[in-house]
Amino acid sequence: MKHNAKLMAIGLATAISVGSSNSHAEARDYISIVGSSTVYPFATVVAERFGKSGRGATPKVESTGSGGGMKLFCAGVGTSHPDITNASRRMKKSEFETCQKNGVKDVVEVLIGFDGIVLANSKTAKQMNLSRKDIFLALAKKVPAPKGMQDSFTTATTLVDNPYKTWKEVNPALPDAKIEVLGPPPTSGTRDAFAELALEGGCKSFDWIKAIKKQDKSQYKKICHTVREDGHYIEAGENDNLIVQKLVANPKALGVFGFSFLDQNSDKVQGSKIEGVPPTFDSIADKSYPVSRPLYFYVKKAHIGVVPGIKGYLTEFTSEKAWGPEGYLAEKGMIPLPDDSRSTFASNVKSLKVMTGKEDLH
Amino acid sequence: MNKDADTTDRIKETLARRYRAERRFRFYGVLAIIFGLFCVVALFVDIVSKGHGAFRQTFIEIEVVYDAEVLGVSDPNDAEQMAFADYEGVVKRALSRKFENVSGRSERRQLNRLISSSAAYDIRDKLVADPGLLGTRETIWVLADDDVDTYYKSVASGEPFTGRVNELQQAWIDQLQEHEEIRLQFNRRFFTSGDSREPEQAGIGGATIGSFLTLLVTLVLSFPIGVAAAVYLEEFAPKNRWTDFIEVNINNLAAVPSIIFGLLGLAIFINFFDVPRSIPIIGGLVLTLMTLPTIIISSRAAIKSVPPSIREAAIGMGASPMQVVIQHVLPLAMPGMLTGAIIGMAQALGETAPLLMIGMVAFIVDLPGGFTDPATVLPVQIFLWADSPERAFVERTSAAIMILLSFLITMNTVAVLLRRRLERRW
Repeated sequence: MKHNAKLMAIGLATAISVGSSNSHAEARDYISIVGSSTVYPFATVVAERFGKSGRGATPKVESTGSGGGMKLFCAGVGTSHPDITNASRRMKKSEFETCQKNGVKDVVEVLIGFDGIVLANSKTAKQMNLSRKDIFLALAKKVPAPKGMQDSFTTATTLVDNPYKTWKEVNPALPDAKIEVLGPPPTSGTRDAFAELALEGGCKSFDWIKAIKKQDKSQYKKICHTVREDGHYIEAGENDNLIVQKLVANPKALGVFGFSFLDQNSDKVQGSKIEGVPPTFDSIADKSYPVSRPLYFYVKKAHIGVVPGIKGYLTEFTSEKAWGPEGYLAEKGMIPLPDDSRSTFASNVKSLKVMTGKEDLH
Repeated sequence: MNKDADTTDRIKETLARRYRAERRFRFYGVLAIIFGLFCVVALFVDIVSKGHGAFRQTFIEIEVVYDAEVLGVSDPNDAEQMAFADYEGVVKRALSRKFENVSGRSERRQLNRLISSSAAYDIRDKLVADPGLLGTRETIWVLADDDVDTYYKSVASGEPFTGRVNELQQAWIDQLQEHEEIRLQFNRRFFTSGDSREPEQAGIGGATIGSFLTLLVTLVLSFPIGVAAAVYLEEFAPKNRWTDFIEVNINNLAAVPSIIFGLLGLAIFINFFDVPRSIPIIGGLVLTLMTLPTIIISSRAAIKSVPPSIREAAIGMGASPMQVVIQHVLPLAMPGMLTGAIIGMAQALGETAPLLMIGMVAFIVDLPGGFTDPATVLPVQIFLWADSPERAFVERTSAAIMILLSFLITMNTVAVLLRRRLERRW
């Protein structure tokens, strides 16, 4: 009997410890941030500086991916839900509606900067000069039939399985090397952005494909965003460092990854020029380099004042020493916004201007 | 007679071939072991060669002046003023005194980049601890920036990495080198501090404490539950279809991929019981689910190996079934159970997948102070660093792997020693 009592005591203690942690959740004294793995390196720097400056506990930042972050963020109001979510794309209309439905009515949107996506190869190989059309023809699953394949049934406006094996076949000006591109898998935000900016950019240059967009949007998206699966595009996992290592080992291959990885490994790999523009800090900032994407974060207004420090974190993030052209985020590889958009968003943050749902969301 | 000779001849004929086959068979075994050893050695050499650099860190010597005017402090007893004083200004002044011929905004900024942002925080901590320093000057060693650190270490290896330091900065570093004002020191911070986005300030202290707290929760929950389940199933449970069914399920659970336990934890503990994300309690609960089958199976094996004669003797002396179990079976089975528990804990220590779902894959700077503070664990820290763009994280990743491996090796060695020492043969 005595031992039974002991066992019961252990069970009770477990229940209490779980229960007490519950009540702890009601008063969270640190900011909880979730979202994109692309924004993660920047959000964490701000969080750390904020914490070290002694204005509050260091926020906790989870890297869940843009979509995963939105799902957690829009799940409801209350301290068991995150306060801020990061995204490497704008909030989707469907996500905004989910937020509204779950009571997350007031959301402040902040555009923080840009990230360039580069196509790079080993420094021992020649630098490539590609157009977005070249990238589309080399990497899309289905492409317009090339001249050699055209006959009475297949015309220039028929889609065929991608027949190109070398860069030279795509464009005679390119080297006679096998198409071999290492890139992230479909779950990655980098892949989405690459498809949208590079592939679709090249896809649109065919007028008849562009015309499909008006009639059948999903068909258009399928043509422009689907990457070939016959071994010329190799899914190399989410880890960009790994892609850099593989490029060094295989000088014939190209790799797709974020600009900050190019910046850190400039002795090993070089970025290909796209439309004649090499990916540099300045060319991405002034938008002459075409493959760059916006980075956002979203704040739950209802949590400001409930969870301590959110306002301080926002002030830190939108201060010139953080997101300015000379700030520490630029040092980490984020491409800053132009001056006027910075001041617009800084004042939006100050007045906590919420999204109305009338924005141009997709 | 004839027939016998025949057989002997035939045996002799095949004998050489059988010996050869025997030697080949052994050779395959040796080959397999050599292959395994080779892989282990290659792994260790790779990790150690990449990671050893992280244990030493580049420091730069500067002479700081705790000038009240530069700091903007009028009253050293005012905590508010001390917290927000301009400590960076003090560091910048110290650098510009060292390199007097540097002028122009952009050159100065490049100069200031030589030193880690932690220098200002270190000076703050010093001054807050001892306000009497105000107005004095002092020569201190401060952390160099990670780009400088990478460059300085790569110079020693003969292949300087100049991607992140320009020629001007290289000249300054050379000048520091001449005056012996830059050097490598043991990197204590790596063991004591939490995660950071600045590689030179990042450490595994936070992750180690997180791992410890999480494992403590796991051990406290899984060992008693596992042993109780094993004792009941082995000693008291009737043998029927139900207990067979339970046995099959336990064995099956031991083979379930760990990510499933993460999803289970998310659904039950976080969504249903509202346990907060990212804390050692939730991590421990999920890892408990994962290690329970291992502990139950090894505990049952340990109980089974206690000879029935001991039980019978105890019963013969008038002990009740519970006394038999508690006073005779459990003490004899304990070494086996502990070994199982340690191996289960070692498994839990190396696990990341289930923690992914419950928010322990997160950037956490502050050291966790208890079971309800957000925390991360060692393997997650390795995963996060491996994914970071900064090059200085490469050596830190490998160094963290070395630490994790040394913990695992220690735990497994203890398990083996314990078994050797306490194991009894009947």
